[in-house]
Amino acid sequence: MFYREAGDFKTSYTDDNQTFPIKFDRYRYYVVLAIAFGVIPFLINDYWANAFLLPFLIYSIAAIGLNILTGYCGQVSLGTGGFMAVGAYACYKLMTSFPDVNIFFHVIAAGGVTAIVCTAFGLPSLRIKGFYLAVATLAAQFFLVWLFNKVSWFYNYSASGQINAPERFVFGVPVTGANTDAWATYLFCLVFLTISAIIARNLTRGMQGRKWMAIRDMDIAAEIIGVNPMRAKLSAFAVSGFFIGISGALFFAVYLGAVEVGEVFGIQKSFLVLFMIIIGGLGSIFGSFAGAAFLVLLPVVLKLIGVDFLGWPTDIVAHFNLVIVGALIIVFLIAEPHGIAQLWRVAKEKLRLWPFPH
Amino acid sequence: MLDNSESYVTEDGRTIGGVVMEMKNITLRFGGVVAIKDISFDIREGEIRAIIGPNGAGKSSMLNVISGFYVPQEGEVLFHGKPRPQLRPYEVAQQGIARTFQNIALFEGMTVLDNVMTGRLNKMSSGLLAQAIWRGKAEKEEIENREKAEKIIDFLEIQHIRKTPVSRLPYGLKKRVELARALVSEPSILLLDEPMAGMNVEEKEDMSRFILDVNDEFGTTIALIEHDMGVVMDLSDRVVVMDYGKKIGDGTPSDIRNNQAVIDAYLGVAHD
Repeated sequence: MFYREAGDFKTSYTDDNQTFPIKFDRYRYYVVLAIAFGVIPFLINDYWANAFLLPFLIYSIAAIGLNILTGYCGQVSLGTGGFMAVGAYACYKLMTSFPDVNIFFHVIAAGGVTAIVCTAFGLPSLRIKGFYLAVATLAAQFFLVWLFNKVSWFYNYSASGQINAPERFVFGVPVTGANTDAWATYLFCLVFLTISAIIARNLTRGMQGRKWMAIRDMDIAAEIIGVNPMRAKLSAFAVSGFFIGISGALFFAVYLGAVEVGEVFGIQKSFLVLFMIIIGGLGSIFGSFAGAAFLVLLPVVLKLIGVDFLGWPTDIVAHFNLVIVGALIIVFLIAEPHGIAQLWRVAKEKLRLWPFPH
Repeated sequence: MLDNSESYVTEDGRTIGGVVMEMKNITLRFGGVVAIKDISFDIREGEIRAIIGPNGAGKSSMLNVISGFYVPQEGEVLFHGKPRPQLRPYEVAQQGIARTFQNIALFEGMTVLDNVMTGRLNKMSSGLLAQAIWRGKAEKEEIENREKAEKIIDFLEIQHIRKTPVSRLPYGLKKRVELARALVSEPSILLLDEPMAGMNVEEKEDMSRFILDVNDEFGTTIALIEHDMGVVMDLSDRVVVMDYGKKIGDGTPSDIRNNQAVIDAYLGVAHD
């Protein structure tokens, strides 16, 4: 009843090309932004920051990155964990080599480094597709983790083999290290997520996004129309790597603070992010948020219900989490391959006509 | 025979310009199979040129040679009077050759508008960074090209479905969207691979009208393959007839209708 486009006329193509062409959507977006930037930082505490908000923000960036590659360009990747590790180690090396530069630029540079690495590992996509490409990116995953374990230069020859984020400040407020405030780390990640989402949206609604989707939907026809398949695929790998690298850098520097590569950026991380975009919705920026929120919140909610409310043992609840995620993947793949984002779209279409559907 | 730069007047009184594309002694082989054997013909500016022939005659191969997708082993393709270098498929589109496919090759997951806009991709040059920021050149280009795309959408009467995903459309509309996507790139030659395949009479009439309108309104040179003889004879200005990879006829529809070799190929010859 409230959600409708009647009377919302567009008189220019600029209006029609907006991210949120419907007024209601646009205002809701402003409200969400205002709450995220203006309200949550005052209410946040350490528990909610660490249990939900930080991982949600950081995984959302990773999911946006993978969604550009897999959802928009159709190139399956199982190397996300490895690429996040590249971002983390690049950020660590930059932080320790150039301590005077602001961490903001380190994170962005880490994204740049990951973009280059990701493009290099994307080269096989020019010849192989689908499952075979997935296996090739799997090789990237294992190779990168092995590399960061093996070559001690990457962890500055520390005895433990771990990398630890030194304390760094933005506007005099610590965002990494031991003495951070929840609101500062939250805002730092939120800024990156907002910028990433806007960039991703701009790319996917313009010609670059159309080239990617053309390659995804029918690569031969795309080529005959004039899409250069090499540039389209490699640019998808590069942009995807950029976002995934940023998320890896934030995951290490802001969220965890100390990282052992095999544990944190292993194959299970690749699958986690892949599940996020499958459940959230392939080929949708909103779906990246939805999937990340869902998979981050699920264990938290299950723990609240199972352990705190029903008094079950923790390990049973943890196993339940795995069972539910597995079942959901199957359900979504069969019933709704476009994920939560599609459910959301269908709900909106229904709402447009509600309460008079005929 | 006409000279290359000479123009001629069609049966319905339109004046056709000089040669845009010339095939010279094209031979195309796949291993031991000869798909096209020593064929020469030309396509002139502003005309509707049909290629017909029975199944397996090599029509689609010929279209692929014209579009640059196949490179013939012998002979050469002259485009605007110059021999065409060997191109990658995506470079052919930049030369101004657009095509539609026998089995629709639209991007199913995208909306009609996005499909048509994709056809404009060679006209847009803003880089990745500019598009990421969506200000200045990127936005201006997007709007300018949107205007061009909307003109074609309007022309082909698909405005009502412009925001619909292609996968939801019926067959006849998909064919029209594909024509729009090819047309929007303002090609100097438009290749249509069986534009009427699988359509009922009404849809065929619609499609014929659109093809004639496109040719009339934009002066687009059109080369098409079609099975429906009635349609071909009505639409086209000149017809090439192929059979078993060889050219057996070339001329105006009325020439072709009275050509003994063509009649034999289509109706068969009595063995006595």
